[in-house]
Amino acid sequence: MNFTLKIWRQKDAKSQGAFETYKVENISADTSFLEMLDILNNDLVHAGKEPVAFDHDCREGICGMCSLHINGHAHGPSQAVTTCQMYMRKFKDGSTITIEPWRSAAFPVIKDLVVNRGAYDEILQAGGFVSVRTNSVPDGNAIPIPKADADESMDAAACVGCGACAATCKNGSAMLFVAARVSSLAKLPQGRVEGARRAKAMVAKMDELGFGNCTNTGACQAECPKQISIAHIARLNREFLAAKLKD
Amino acid sequence: MSCFLCNSSLGKKVVMSLSGMALVLFLLFHMSMNLVALISADAYNMICAFLGANWYAVVATVGLAALVVIHFVYALILTINNYRARGKQRYAVTVNEPGVEWASKNMLLLGVIVVLGLGLHLVHFWSKMMLVELMGEHGVEIGGVFYAATDGAALIAYTFSQWYNVVLYIVWLAALGLHLNHGVWSMFQSMGWANDTWYPRLKCLAKLVSALVVLGFMAVVVVFYIQSL
Repeated sequence: MNFTLKIWRQKDAKSQGAFETYKVENISADTSFLEMLDILNNDLVHAGKEPVAFDHDCREGICGMCSLHINGHAHGPSQAVTTCQMYMRKFKDGSTITIEPWRSAAFPVIKDLVVNRGAYDEILQAGGFVSVRTNSVPDGNAIPIPKADADESMDAAACVGCGACAATCKNGSAMLFVAARVSSLAKLPQGRVEGARRAKAMVAKMDELGFGNCTNTGACQAECPKQISIAHIARLNREFLAAKLKD
Repeated sequence: MSCFLCNSSLGKKVVMSLSGMALVLFLLFHMSMNLVALISADAYNMICAFLGANWYAVVATVGLAALVVIHFVYALILTINNYRARGKQRYAVTVNEPGVEWASKNMLLLGVIVVLGLGLHLVHFWSKMMLVELMGEHGVEIGGVFYAATDGAALIAYTFSQWYNVVLYIVWLAALGLHLNHGVWSMFQSMGWANDTWYPRLKCLAKLVSALVVLGFMAVVVVFYIQSL
């Protein structure tokens, strides 16, 4: 398959970026999107040009490191997968593919398609944890947890923190990410204990870092590679409001 | 706790929800009231007299105006924040994500249309009714005809005998309907009263409320226009 790629190139955080057009040829339909970029970069390096910088790590759809806004979709047009799990057979032969970095004030571009998603780490550090004593491993069945609660917690915990929600949201809101973290811990007895403090601290950090306000469009859940539901956002709203009313 | 409603993103959304909820309840009341005009002009004018320049009606009007101002000012603040949060550099290619309503992304635009329509509506009715009474007058003269401040039915008949008012009101009501179709269920979401089981029910409720409000108001506009022909 052959493709024309329109890729955002930006030397560094301070430089002005622009789109550049490249051609890739003889790509097998079963090539993954990132492998296709590897092939492009290989050609660029051989031609003595600067390769395109993009984030990636596990390439198994579990680390949340890959990003890329492809043809208007975070993680490309495939549903429920990260960019690394998308294959070129998804695109029409000979088509033009536009590749942009995440666009959000809280995710500044570092180089080309790479953005700094450190803001999500800062939100996590503000409260996305449980305080437990380090000791011997407790008995897994010591605290009974209803299956439905455990399932819901796991659904939220599936969030890989890739940033697609804030990148997709027209408001640059990180609510789906924060909600997934708050929700996954709030549904378990171990996390319940610090629920109020967590919701307040994470929301305060999210606001401080310049993420936008949720307007319930649902675009985040449509583009989330882990299909996290906005029902978790409702739970975050609940947790936050209940915590604030107790202050 | 007093300030989280002003300085936190979620608190601001609570203010939007509660003020929106109160305005929706008012709309339902206003719409029911208008339907009376279809049945009996006298009964409608009794309500108009009751809601004239009496202290409770004036207090309620001031309260409603405050709600509209709060809802609108908060919407502006939130939208400006959101615009900044999106960053200076915008996407070159954007799409409509599946399942995302157009209205949900254009609430401010719809809100501006609703406020402009409200301004026109106040000029058409409020300024010729409650305001006239507050100024110590008993009515206004339009085109040589005297309209008593409590004769709401005659004012409705006069206003909707003009085709351009009918068109303007229909555009206004359509924008209001779209605004409510997203706003009503969104209000429950922002308050945290929603989950995956309840989304279909809440969205159904939103459709019902918006349809009821829009069709109820529109019925009066259309019926009075047809009667004027």
